[in-house]
Amino acid sequence: MKRVLLVCVSALLLSACQPSIPKDALLLSPESLAERQLQTRRFDTTNNQAMLSAASAVMQDLGFNLDEAESTLGVLVGSKRADATSGGQIVASILIALLGGTPPPVDEEQLIRVSMVMRALDPTQTADKQFKETIPTAKPSQSANDGATEPQNQSTVRVTFQRIIINTAGRISRLEQINEPELYKEFFDKLSQSVFLEAHEI
Amino acid sequence: MTKYAGIILVCLCFLGGCAASARQAIMDTNSESQVQLRQIQTRYFDSTDKKKTMENVMATLQDLGFIIDKASFDIGSVTATKLKGYNLRMTVNVMPRGQRMVVRANAQYNIQIVTDPIPYQQFFDALSKSMFLQAHIDE
Repeated sequence: MKRVLLVCVSALLLSACQPSIPKDALLLSPESLAERQLQTRRFDTTNNQAMLSAASAVMQDLGFNLDEAESTLGVLVGSKRADATSGGQIVASILIALLGGTPPPVDEEQLIRVSMVMRALDPTQTADKQFKETIPTAKPSQSANDGATEPQNQSTVRVTFQRIIINTAGRISRLEQINEPELYKEFFDKLSQSVFLEAHEI
Repeated sequence: MTKYAGIILVCLCFLGGCAASARQAIMDTNSESQVQLRQIQTRYFDSTDKKKTMENVMATLQDLGFIIDKASFDIGSVTATKLKGYNLRMTVNVMPRGQRMVVRANAQYNIQIVTDPIPYQQFFDALSKSMFLQAHIDE
């Protein structure tokens, strides 16, 4: 009886303490610079509208739907739903069922979101100059410039991907940012191509 | 035993009718006073460039692992989400006032409003670094 009471009291106490915001949630992490480099490329243009329409074409090519577009600030947001079933999880779940256990829910669906922000670089500002040094250029360059002189009108484009995975029980099983270097490289290759195509109206 | 079961069933019937109060959830300020909360969430910067300030707000949010959900230059608002095993959502407002730029941020962690001053301080520290400007607490 005493034990039951103890459990009841601890359950009550526990219900009162919801986890609060982690200490480092809004703290700049040492990895933030590496992440910025991974997600950002320099382009030889400051034309927000041309870049946004080229990027929206790439997102549509990849099956994303556009959620938000703001040309003054150079913001473009898209999302798509995709299958998230993984062979390993299903095999494990079948094995557990065969052994007589209740199979755990497996990942079923994922919501992928992509957000892009374009920012013009001001060559007269020291802050922008320093910032520029850390950012790689997108290849192939879409400008007619042969590389002899650095073009004055440059901007940076930063793209970030996130995903939410939902399992067969209808619950969220994963909330994360996607940081695969290959993914970003591929996306920026497609974007440079699209900028080139748009510029030449192909 | 059947008597008990009957009582429990009747209790359950009553409980089913009680949903969480909508008014309480909407008007919840987490027991902080409105003035106090505004003070925690607001900083002033010596800048008159709204666009630059908004660009820096977005760059800071991206550096902190957020993705930008919505942005409007006319309204001066940016909303962003960070997913890292949790869902952290922030809205940042930029308003020009005289020779200064007022920046107000508010955050929601999962289903809770963030009222702890420390995360806001950390956010404004990062923003101040990105803007190369000091963040003033007072107007």
